[in-house]
Amino acid sequence: MNLLTTLAPTLAFLGGVDPWIFTFAFITVVVTIGMGFWSAKQSKTASDFFVAGRSVSVGWNASAISGEYLSAASFMGIAGMVMANGYDVLWYPVCYACGYLFLLLFIAGPLRRFGAYTIPDFAEGRYDSPLFRKIAVCFVLFIGFVYTMPQMKGAGVTLAYIFPGMPYWGGVALVGAVITLNVALGGMKGITLVQAFQYWIKLFAISVPIFVLMAVFGFYNGHLGANAAPGETAAPTPTAEIARKPLVEKAPKDTAWIAPFGPLTTKAVGAAAAKLPAEQRPAYLAAHQRPYSLLYTYSLIIALVCGTAGLPHILVRFYTNPDGAAAKRTTMWVMILIGVFYVFPPVFGVLGRNLAPELYSGVGAKGTDKVVLELPRAVGGVLGSIMSGITCAGAFAAFMSTFSGLLVSMTGAFAHDIYGRMLKPNASQAERLFMFKVGAVVIGGIAILLGTQVETLQINFMVNQAFAIAASSYFPLLFMSVWWRGMTMTGAAAGMLGGGLAALMCTGTIILGDIGKINLADFWAFHPLTRILAEQPAIWTMPLSISLMVVVSKLTAPSIPPDIRMKMLVLHAPEQLGLKQEYIQEHSAGAGH
Amino acid sequence: MPHPTPPADDAVHSESFLRSLMRRQFALSAACAATFLVVLLGVPLLNYFAPALMATRVGGFTLSWLILGVLFFPFVWVISWLFIQRSTTLENDEVAQVQRNKEGRGT
Repeated sequence: MNLLTTLAPTLAFLGGVDPWIFTFAFITVVVTIGMGFWSAKQSKTASDFFVAGRSVSVGWNASAISGEYLSAASFMGIAGMVMANGYDVLWYPVCYACGYLFLLLFIAGPLRRFGAYTIPDFAEGRYDSPLFRKIAVCFVLFIGFVYTMPQMKGAGVTLAYIFPGMPYWGGVALVGAVITLNVALGGMKGITLVQAFQYWIKLFAISVPIFVLMAVFGFYNGHLGANAAPGETAAPTPTAEIARKPLVEKAPKDTAWIAPFGPLTTKAVGAAAAKLPAEQRPAYLAAHQRPYSLLYTYSLIIALVCGTAGLPHILVRFYTNPDGAAAKRTTMWVMILIGVFYVFPPVFGVLGRNLAPELYSGVGAKGTDKVVLELPRAVGGVLGSIMSGITCAGAFAAFMSTFSGLLVSMTGAFAHDIYGRMLKPNASQAERLFMFKVGAVVIGGIAILLGTQVETLQINFMVNQAFAIAASSYFPLLFMSVWWRGMTMTGAAAGMLGGGLAALMCTGTIILGDIGKINLADFWAFHPLTRILAEQPAIWTMPLSISLMVVVSKLTAPSIPPDIRMKMLVLHAPEQLGLKQEYIQEHSAGAGH
Repeated sequence: MPHPTPPADDAVHSESFLRSLMRRQFALSAACAATFLVVLLGVPLLNYFAPALMATRVGGFTLSWLILGVLFFPFVWVISWLFIQRSTTLENDEVAQVQRNKEGRGT
């Protein structure tokens, strides 16, 4: 009896669960974990994985890369943020996809020829410096932790949606614990099959409900036309065609929402104007709003386009191709698969504005970030529940794949580099494996704790912060190391630490301020430009990083690696010439060390 | 820096080969990137200086929304397709050049 009364409130969250939604989500989780363990049995070690991966066909490999890339930010965050802020958010999907182009143009080919599987591998190989490897490893953890927070928020929002009685932190803890355990037990090793499968789940889950919704409620362009643009007296789509619910007070106005330089990019100036006497506001807004918005937009673009190239878990996949030509065909297909996917999330945001405006009033887990999950229910009946179940399954695929991938990268960095090379260099294989498990639990635990703190922040915004750090640390490192032979280890380290830590400090300050841990609201209101440059730091931290690299490398020019010409040849000469093998032979003969 | 173990075919390891290799590859990448950047960075400028033009309706979409939300993706596919074609040609050409040099020395 006593037990029942204590258990009852704990199990109360099970009330009000839609069986269809629950079933779809549950099947996705079970199939993902099951496939992970099944394929983990087939490949035991990291090198097995890479060798096995080399036999994978272009289609599977492209799906796997896309599956790993599309996170909760792409699946849920873009839609929620488009709904909340409108046009300006379209830069996110565009730049997430275009970042891949930069990777293809400048970095992917040379890195593949060099044979470095991870950025720390590359950092060590390019500069013959184990010390530099350690510095580079730190950023795997910095970027990783910032990137796991939005995945955790995605998990919290989705669970709070499936189980209406469950608190946000409960969802974060549950999903985080399941994935962490899965990684610690070796069930998820970034296996091609699982990742490829998840891409197709995500594409199916984002597109099918959209087509059903559009068939019932009208098309993308019609819904967009229901919003009046600046200068229009009436919206082009008549209200008879699109049934539009009245907007709530917290929703942005049509003209601000559909036009560039809307609420996302003008927030800082708006907050500053609110502190001024009423009669000064119009003049202040006219003078500052649009220029600052333009600055914000450019900084956002730099962060996203350059940041993609510096994500710790993306480059690895370029080695799962049989040869360079296949690698290029794969990249082409990745861009197509990702591009097709990114057309859909904004559609949810646009339809959500007209069909579910009540989400504007919600905060945290009940806000616009759940529009992808909630909106399909508008279809009504069992079909609505099934559609909503499908998007929930897609959301699970999104945060599970990315969180697992990040956790594997971060734990690998911890077990092999921080423990295996710094703390206990002569550790045995069994000790390392044990530390991998311990590391997974510790890092997963920290990620869960961080995740519970960020309920009020937008998913997409947090991913943007991770990209800004990557764009100011790893991107300059990779770009400059590949194309400029004058780089020295000291220069590379100075630039990466200078730019990366500056971006990390900005991110930390903004996040701590926005979740209310430190009170900066008044400071930001009086310094809107500082706010923008801290919220979107890439426009100054990326150039800072590159300048530091150039200046410090010039000062330390005598320490350029002696075999730099050979390194550059390996990076740039076509693989058919076989320079890589030659380089390895020379290195093992003691030429480099 | 003297090379520790001088290889047989010096043409590949020569300074001039590396320079031309890097210059040609970078020129191709930079040209593709420039095309892409002109459009990517040009859209905000058009939004800024020609807001009325960008607000023109195209079947319900504003022009600006249509470009960014739909048309931008195929545009990037075209650039990456062109890059891949050209860079494959470039690599084949580089390999052929090295082969020619080797044969030229052999006879």
